[in-house]
Amino acid sequence: MTTTRIIEIECQRFNPQTDSEPHFQSYQVPFSEEMSVLQGLQYIKDHLDGSLTFRWSCRMAICGSCGSMVNGVPQLSCHTFLRDYFPDKVRIEPLNHFPVLRDLAIDQTDFLAKLESVKPYLIPDTEKTPAQGTYLQTPQQMDEYYQYSECINCLLCYAACPQYGLNKEFTGPAALALLHRYNADSRDAGSAERMEVINGENGVWGCTLVSYCSEVCPKGVDPARAINQNKINSTKDYFLRFLQPRGGK
Amino acid sequence: MIRRSNKPVFWSLFGAGGMVSALIGPMLVFVTGIAVPLGFLLPHDALRYERMLALAHNPAGKLALAVVISLFLFHGCHRFYHCLHDFGIHVTAGMKAACHGFAAAGTALAVYLLLVIGF
Amino acid sequence: MPAPNLLNRYTRPMEGWWRRNPFYLWYMLREASCVFIIAYALVLLCGLYRLSQGEAAFNGWLAALATPRSIAFHGITAMMVLYHAWTWFKVMPKTLPFIHIGGKRMPDAAIVTSGLAAAVVLSALLFVLVWSGRS
Repeated sequence: MTTTRIIEIECQRFNPQTDSEPHFQSYQVPFSEEMSVLQGLQYIKDHLDGSLTFRWSCRMAICGSCGSMVNGVPQLSCHTFLRDYFPDKVRIEPLNHFPVLRDLAIDQTDFLAKLESVKPYLIPDTEKTPAQGTYLQTPQQMDEYYQYSECINCLLCYAACPQYGLNKEFTGPAALALLHRYNADSRDAGSAERMEVINGENGVWGCTLVSYCSEVCPKGVDPARAINQNKINSTKDYFLRFLQPRGGK
Repeated sequence: MIRRSNKPVFWSLFGAGGMVSALIGPMLVFVTGIAVPLGFLLPHDALRYERMLALAHNPAGKLALAVVISLFLFHGCHRFYHCLHDFGIHVTAGMKAACHGFAAAGTALAVYLLLVIGF
Repeated sequence: MPAPNLLNRYTRPMEGWWRRNPFYLWYMLREASCVFIIAYALVLLCGLYRLSQGEAAFNGWLAALATPRSIAFHGITAMMVLYHAWTWFKVMPKTLPFIHIGGKRMPDAAIVTSGLAAAVVLSALLFVLVWSGRS
């Protein structure tokens, strides 16, 4: 079955050299049953308008490059199919809450700085040499962090988060989920260093549990959970420090 | 050094109030605001003066009244300033203090009244 | 050669963001429940004040509760508090660490159900407590 139909794709356009505000441009795109929204964009670029700018790489929901707003919902365009929108039109915009560089390409510089701030790498208590063997972990210990390690940094959760939109200082869903991914890892001993980020006004306390981040995550990471269970950890940390001896960490 | 937020204090009160209001809030509003005034399912005199006075005299009753009023206020006021923020209003430290102060004042008044009513 | 101005960025304003997606509208409804919870606490506080003033004053408060305006207010409040309760338990798993029972992770649905069940049981108890005092 390779019946070809025509769908209208409406893209947000923005040229930083000539435009002060974006506008929409419509394209009539022939599509078949198995075509993703990303393939629709590629058709436009190849056949209709070579100036359309968008990011993509893997076409299989693992690289996290092709996130965009599809009919107002943050989606990976490779993970979304034109057939599900036909006969209505599809409106594609760059991810919400980020500065737009050009057309559908956004500037993720801010996120990269936040990602770095949470130290997203294992900080072991004592470094082992290969000769000393591997770090052992039980399946249950792995279960504590595994889903949070599935994050592909696609930023759909930031586009879903009004708190990030309202306050750009907020560390945000993916970075805090990755923070928790390392804190929850039995091989890691860096929690104390990351606690400072959690405890700040723009750490977990910037979240109001809208929980749309978890709804739109294409990898089932559930950032809202990572953030909100750390509100309890931050609260414990806040009160328990009064019980600790002076000078203790 | 990132400054530690004081949210743990107010979030704990918000959470406690949210939990109490989620557990019994709907029934409490139904009983005092609808069922008893209308005499629907419950008799008109279920909240009569002597009975409510006995409740307010009883130490456990005092505690229950104070907890409900205080935690509902702290829960609501904490969420309220987040609401302001959501509507794009810049919430200053003074506005936060006013919200929490309002809840604290309500709590103080409730405790004072319960003491005035006596044991 | 002058560099082209590629640093020009466009950021969409946040005005009216809650109207962009029904998910946000439901969120705002949940947050708006706080106004009704505050108002209800003040109604109770007022009742406590009238109680401290004696029987006549307290009966005045009871009479005020029976006015159509008050009934309407409490009707809306009951709905809003009910919605608050529903959302409260629905997001409860997100505020908890994973709970392991017998080596298995407790499913989110079980956490939500236990929360709702606790609310039903306690509400029933409250109702019986009030009902038992009829003269």
